[in-house]
Amino acid sequence: MVGIVAYGAYVPRLRLNRQAVYDANKWFAAGLRGLAKGERSMANWDEDSITMAVEASRDCLTSHKPEDVRSLYFASTTHPFKDRQNAGVIGTALSIEQNLLASDVGGSQKAGTSALIAGLNASRNGAPSLVAAADKRLARVASANELNYGDGAAALLCGTENVIAKLVGHHSVSMDFVDHFRGDETDFDYAWEERWIRDEGYSKIVPPAVKAALAACKLKGGDVTHFIMPSLMPAVPKQMAKICGIGEGAVRDLLGANLGDTGAAHALVMLVDALETAKAGDKIMVVAFGQGVDILVFEVTPENARLPRRKGLSGWMARRKEEKNYLKFLAFNEMLPLEKGMRAEFDKKTALSVLWRKRDMIYGLVGGKCKVCGTVQFPRTPICVNPNCHAVDSQEPYRMAGLEANIMSFTADSLTYSPDPPAYYGMITFPEGGRFMSDFTDCDKEQVKVGAKLRMTFRIRDNDIMRGGFKRYFWKAAPV
Amino acid sequence: MARGIKDKVAILGMGCSKFGERWDSGAEELMVEAYKECIADSGIDAKQLNAAWFSTAIDEVHVGKSGIPLSMTLRLPNIPVTHVENMCASGTEAFRGACYAVASGAADFALALGVEKLKDTGYGGLPGGRGGPLQALWNANGTAPGNFAQLASAYMAAHNVSYDDLKKAIGHVSWKSHQNGAKNPKAHLQKAVEMDTILNAPMIASPLGLFDCCGVSDGAAAAIVTTPEIAKSLGKHNIVSVKALQLSVSNGSESGHNSWDGSYFHTTRIASKKAYEEAGIKDPRQEVSMFEVHDCFSVTELVTMEDLHISKPGQGWKDVLDGFYDADGKIPCQIDGGLKCFGHPIGASGLRMLYEMYLQFQGKAGPRQLKDPKIGMTHNLGGAPRENVSSIAIVGRYE
Repeated sequence: MVGIVAYGAYVPRLRLNRQAVYDANKWFAAGLRGLAKGERSMANWDEDSITMAVEASRDCLTSHKPEDVRSLYFASTTHPFKDRQNAGVIGTALSIEQNLLASDVGGSQKAGTSALIAGLNASRNGAPSLVAAADKRLARVASANELNYGDGAAALLCGTENVIAKLVGHHSVSMDFVDHFRGDETDFDYAWEERWIRDEGYSKIVPPAVKAALAACKLKGGDVTHFIMPSLMPAVPKQMAKICGIGEGAVRDLLGANLGDTGAAHALVMLVDALETAKAGDKIMVVAFGQGVDILVFEVTPENARLPRRKGLSGWMARRKEEKNYLKFLAFNEMLPLEKGMRAEFDKKTALSVLWRKRDMIYGLVGGKCKVCGTVQFPRTPICVNPNCHAVDSQEPYRMAGLEANIMSFTADSLTYSPDPPAYYGMITFPEGGRFMSDFTDCDKEQVKVGAKLRMTFRIRDNDIMRGGFKRYFWKAAPV
Repeated sequence: MARGIKDKVAILGMGCSKFGERWDSGAEELMVEAYKECIADSGIDAKQLNAAWFSTAIDEVHVGKSGIPLSMTLRLPNIPVTHVENMCASGTEAFRGACYAVASGAADFALALGVEKLKDTGYGGLPGGRGGPLQALWNANGTAPGNFAQLASAYMAAHNVSYDDLKKAIGHVSWKSHQNGAKNPKAHLQKAVEMDTILNAPMIASPLGLFDCCGVSDGAAAAIVTTPEIAKSLGKHNIVSVKALQLSVSNGSESGHNSWDGSYFHTTRIASKKAYEEAGIKDPRQEVSMFEVHDCFSVTELVTMEDLHISKPGQGWKDVLDGFYDADGKIPCQIDGGLKCFGHPIGASGLRMLYEMYLQFQGKAGPRQLKDPKIGMTHNLGGAPRENVSSIAIVGRYE
């Protein structure tokens, strides 16, 4: 039996207040008034689809070992790199490299479900497969998309043991119906008229596909307990369900009020949302639309109730800070040409040879543990840091990404360049041993004090715009 | 300990440029300004120099690498010139090289000259800089004030000192330096400042405000050293001799091992202990007449006075508030204004501190002259509290 064995999600801490966006833009786009309620998730300046996918994957792997994963699919339409395997970065950050098939899936809003189908098929022989999906889509200032989109990620572990939702079947159609697109030369989506998308697209493409999927799964519409179908038009999923004989009560909430549409990740984000409370026997249908349709049908098993706790979507949604500063949102998305000052001009060239040699340390936050004296240390070096040891070549790799740390000393630095000043950083110490000077992220003044507890999170450290946007990733400390 | 350097080397002459925002001068002009005073004071001719040590620390574009910039600028007679860099301890490092050359007998006359031209970078504060390509991949993206500010958070936690008490104490450190700097015509900042101004200044890196940070200045300083015997034979009086030179460099235990609490300078404790031993000083709180310490930030000076074994650990802030280190206190510290007001051209600072000692011993310190100093101690701290270079020089009257 193949299916989903674990799930995880990630939502950035910041929630952009939509009224604040509207207030700034209403002089120009008064028509957005109807969207000016609730909030959407907003990535911090140091987050992108890779970092969000890493966090969702860590959440998913709460109960499983990363090293068991044999294939990793990363779905997004906002992969930070066009030519450099994004899924490979995630794999290294999770400390999986050996025996791993890593693959990027993209190009459409149904990339998440396509990746999930690939992951499920890849795990049929028993080798666990991790599917991560994340999107951080840009939208033009004063557009409806700016209010409707959200940033977020989901991850699902596929396998054959302790399945929490078994795959009943899947069905896909692929057709070049272009409702919107994003060309190679722009950061923003361009869309055709909504009525045409609804009447000619959704209405003619989705129902036959759903019916075919139901037939293949030997189910009727009424059997579906949870109907998941992301759409920027909230009425559409209900309409499609009705046409297909699926009960209105089965149609899952689009999470538009507080999260927004997380793009290629959204079908999986909604699936995680459903799995968090789904009962054994529930039938979940996932429909993703984008130049065709992917449909997956799952049946929840009793194992779902036994899955060890994780933050999940609800946990990350509960970690929330309202952001009413629309200018900050624009600045974080590089849509506001701020005067950054000379300190922002510092050359951020990366020595790729160094990164390669130290990739486990930088991407995996793997330090060392001395075989002679047991001291944990970061970075791992040829000679032990313990003043009473100094043994040579004695350190074994020691993963620190999952450990909690404490603040030993800190500052709020207004001099250094930071996209979100002041820059908080300080010496963090790990109770197991080990310490280093760490940047802090996702924190407020009152959370930063000596002794405060921190968790490590994978983030963007620098963006080398002189070389076309080579992003440097490392781990930062965030308040627990 | 090894035989040490006590009384083997004498300072024959010194010079120091005016420190400040020297828009009128490049590094070369500053070097010549300090050198002219130094060589004239020494009474020897450039042709008699046997060797030279040259210190700069930041942004080599200002002078370039190697000993060549010094040799070319001063038109030295093709003698050995060594370029040294040990961050903020660079000036003392150049002095150490020159002293060791004389002490070994390899040179009769050696020159140490340090310079830094910081005001051609285009912005205030020190230019950003990082370690090598590996550190750039992970180390926090901090600044000098941000790194030193952490001393304050750790010190408050370690000694249970309130934010207000610490803020007042470090404010007093800066207040004192401004008082002293106002009496120094070569200092960058020559204005006394009210405590309220200091305490209410804009925050640079909490809890360090603008007045908790030293000036970023251009400047140069130089010394010519020889043996006390040669100095005497040249008819010198009031000879100032070197009593101790010590350097301690972090090996990573502070930044990588949980045995350090972040509230003090491990290296300064070691270097100062060794220096007292080398100089034969038993009770520094009684024997040292004056200090020039590395007050890059107000909190650095406060903590340093504990690490130099003058104030007791956790009590330095009380000594500061009691005026122990004021110009009229028991042991004046930064009588020339310190890095805070004299300024901090990195490569020159160690030599500038010695320059003040030299003037004081010769009775040439003008309105800030102390009464009959016997022993003077300088201290430099390069790097950050967690990874640093700590240098000590003790000089005094040659009896």
